[in-house]
Amino acid sequence: MYTILKKEALNPTVTRMDIAAPLIARKAEPGQFVILRVDEAGERIPLTVADTDPEAGSVTIIFQIVGATTYKLNQLQVGDSLHDFVGPLGVASHVEGLKKVAVIGGGVGSAIAYPIAKKLHALGAAVHTIVGFRSKDLVILEDEFRACSDLFKVMTDDGSYGEKGLVTNALEALLQAGETYDEVIAIGPLVMMKFVCKLTKEYGIKTVVSMNPIMIDGTGMCGGCRLTVGGKVKFACVDGPDFDGHEVDFDEAIERSNMYKDFERHQYEETCNLFKGV
Amino acid sequence: MPNMSLKKNPMPAQEPAVRAHNFDEVALGYTPEQAMDEAARCLNCKNKPCVAGCPVAIDIPAFIGKVKEGDFAAAYEILSRSTSLPAVCGRVCPQETQCESKCVRGIKGEPVAIGRLERFVADWHMRNAQEKPARPTPNGHKAAVIGAGPAGLTCAGDLARKGYDVTIFEALHTAGGVLVYGIPEFRLPKAIVEKEIDTLRDLGVKVETNMVIGKVLSVDELFGMGFESVFIGSGAGLPRFMNIPGENLKGVYSANEFLTRVNLMKAFRKDNPTPVKAVRRVAVVGGGNVAMDAARCALRLGAEKVYIVYRRSMEELPARREEVEHAQEEGVEFLLLNNPVEILGDEHKNVTAIRCVKMTLGEPDESGRRRPVPQEGSEFELAVDCVIMAIGTSPNPLLRSTTPGLDTQKWGGIIADEETGATSREGVFAGGDAVTGAATVILAMGAGKNAAAAMDAYMQDKN
Ligand SMILES: Cc1cc2nc3c(=O)[nH]c(=O)nc-3n(C[C@H](O)[C@H](O)[C@H](O)COP(=O)(O)OP(=O)(O)OC[C@H]3O[C@@H](n4cnc5c(N)ncnc54)[C@H](O)[C@@H]3O)c2cc1C
Ligand SMILES: Cc1cc2nc3c(=O)[nH]c(=O)nc-3n(C[C@H](O)[C@H](O)[C@H](O)COP(=O)(O)OP(=O)(O)OC[C@H]3O[C@@H](n4cnc5c(N)ncnc54)[C@H](O)[C@@H]3O)c2cc1C
Ligand code: SF4
Ligand code: SF4
Ligand code: FES
Repeated sequence: MYTILKKEALNPTVTRMDIAAPLIARKAEPGQFVILRVDEAGERIPLTVADTDPEAGSVTIIFQIVGATTYKLNQLQVGDSLHDFVGPLGVASHVEGLKKVAVIGGGVGSAIAYPIAKKLHALGAAVHTIVGFRSKDLVILEDEFRACSDLFKVMTDDGSYGEKGLVTNALEALLQAGETYDEVIAIGPLVMMKFVCKLTKEYGIKTVVSMNPIMIDGTGMCGGCRLTVGGKVKFACVDGPDFDGHEVDFDEAIERSNMYKDFERHQYEETCNLFKGV
Repeated sequence: MPNMSLKKNPMPAQEPAVRAHNFDEVALGYTPEQAMDEAARCLNCKNKPCVAGCPVAIDIPAFIGKVKEGDFAAAYEILSRSTSLPAVCGRVCPQETQCESKCVRGIKGEPVAIGRLERFVADWHMRNAQEKPARPTPNGHKAAVIGAGPAGLTCAGDLARKGYDVTIFEALHTAGGVLVYGIPEFRLPKAIVEKEIDTLRDLGVKVETNMVIGKVLSVDELFGMGFESVFIGSGAGLPRFMNIPGENLKGVYSANEFLTRVNLMKAFRKDNPTPVKAVRRVAVVGGGNVAMDAARCALRLGAEKVYIVYRRSMEELPARREEVEHAQEEGVEFLLLNNPVEILGDEHKNVTAIRCVKMTLGEPDESGRRRPVPQEGSEFELAVDCVIMAIGTSPNPLLRSTTPGLDTQKWGGIIADEETGATSREGVFAGGDAVTGAATVILAMGAGKNAAAAMDAYMQDKN
């Protein structure tokens, strides 16, 4: 049974949960993910392993409530159980040999970026972190990031916290000031990753992005998660989710992620109504 | 006096116009009277030619003889000596190339309907048998099975009957393999598969779902946990694409994805959370069972037009005859001797058409089938909003890449002894699609059965 051991709202739409899953806790590395189903008839959704505690046998997930399944997940409380929880899936992020890295997180993507920043820091790399949010009340994991970053910047769209602007503005400022990096790791909305890659290409800095296409099985069985990387078809669940951002066809990925938009909106409304007892 | 009718008793089935819009089972099964009448067509041949056509060597005349007498319980007993999934095989075996192809009644007229009789007996048993199988006496040894498809389920059942403590590790959230995620409800009701798995549980088999071996645990770790022998029945689940332009457009699915959404995730139910694109005009590329299943699912989801696009002719089409006939009756259109060269889309990358080239058949190739050759200048466009690629699958690399010393073929199949399933790793056996590439349910079961016998010998020998 995958029992919820802890639950905490990080902001109004982002929740952190610790789930009892000892086998996964023992194995998972930064960059890997799980696939879960909330209930018997539920959809399979992927979420990144945000942290693990092998001793306690728990896996931390941090998720944004964007649709029906994440809404239902957020309805569960400590002591409740998830129906299915499988992982660790995907290839772990490559962190070996990196000396100085810029980690860029956008929105809930920061949660996916955090374990990598933490690991890099533990390996002795210099970590410059830039995270971006729409506004002050949405900022998450600030203390955690500060603890593992040599330089930390928060950007908000409306300037209500940190600096006003986009993560690309902050990164460009650092690069213009002469900072150099072995690698940039960018995780967030597809558009954000696309523009980070555009910028780092100009500066010739290798950039790794974490792709989050729609997935079902997460084992390479369906091909639904396919992307074009360097002109070749890749399955994000088994070849990724990390890819060389300068090779990814973002425009295609953006279109593919909209495939079920109408269906999802409808499901979300139905689910909300169900729980609100309408 | 045998029944000398040249024709099989026809199978009662839902009307094509009705069934094309529902997911209920198409073929309804014989009544006891029909079954006994059909059984009377069997000549009880001394040399049993039909048995040689069955990969698990069911004693066909013996079980049919019991059906003829109306002793269905005895018929079941004979079946269950050779097969653990008769309700499944009776429904999905390609009988026309196996048992029934060897039946002497087929020389003049139609062969005995062996598959339909097998299905009848299995269904009768499910409806009427009450008693649970007796739990075998434990022999104190542990074996692990990777994958809960027909190969793994058969291997696990045979080992459990011998007293082994067996655990099946399955990657998905439901056991059954292709029987649950691939083959649709209207051809193989999922309740039947569930019942078969419950029977295994009654025998003491543990089924652990959500266990991707190679990720959660490795084969080596399984040995470390005290399993003395491991069977790999992980299937051939990696979908192939054609590598033509437009394959990543929205509305292009692998058959695996389409069928998984529809069958495993139940996208055909209106209130279900897993979506499948609303499809109106669908092209399914391929000619096997998988292609037929995808086409018939698309029809049932409400598509107005469903085409099978296949590059050879009807003669080479590899699907079971019955499925081809059913698909045709339901209104699936067959565009034979056509090969897709490109998929076209609109500005939002939605599929709008598929471009095909006409083919002619040339000289036979290595497989003995005539090689299709494109006809120059014959390209044409077919307006569709969905394309389903059903052109084959290969074994998933996950286990071979995480199991040191496990030898595989260039194309990914695990190398295993044909008789025993023994692999290059001591104590590791393999069988089914993981070894042969995509094949059939009954061959996978046969492999699971042989491996169980070899694993038993191996574990007894070691102790
Ligand atoms: C490898 C990977 C790691 C991820 N890690 C995280 C994470 O740590 N935290 C987090 O909040 N989100 C993460 N996501 C995204 C998360 O899976 C989706 O937000 C979730 O599936 C939405 O489900 P829903 O039913 O609530 O929303 P829906 O209404 O179904 O969808 C809302 C949005 O989510 C996207 N989406 C829908 N279904 C899927 C799916 N099966 N897979 C991927 N995206 C989908 C859609 O494109 C849509 O834009 C990750 C995705 C991937 C592929
Ligand atoms: C749509 C479709 C229709 C078909 N129709 C017919 C038909 O009519 N007649 C017929 O005879 N055959 C048919 N076949 C073929 C037949 O289903 C297969 O040959 C058969 O299922 C193979 O059995 P298997 O046990 O080897 O593998 P599978 O049935 O593929 O089962 C393998 C199982 O292993 C699991 N697995 C894989 N990797 C791992 C891992 N690393 N760890 C744990 N578990 C893992 C998978 O999730 C799966 O459940 C059809 C196939 C398809 C796809
Ligand atoms: S298992 Fe298949 S091949 Fe064997 S007798 Fe039954 S239907 Fe025929
Ligand atoms: S070959 Fe045909 S007629 Fe002869 S025993 Fe077998 S099923 Fe009966
Ligand atoms: S999610 Fe099915 S292949 Fe990646």
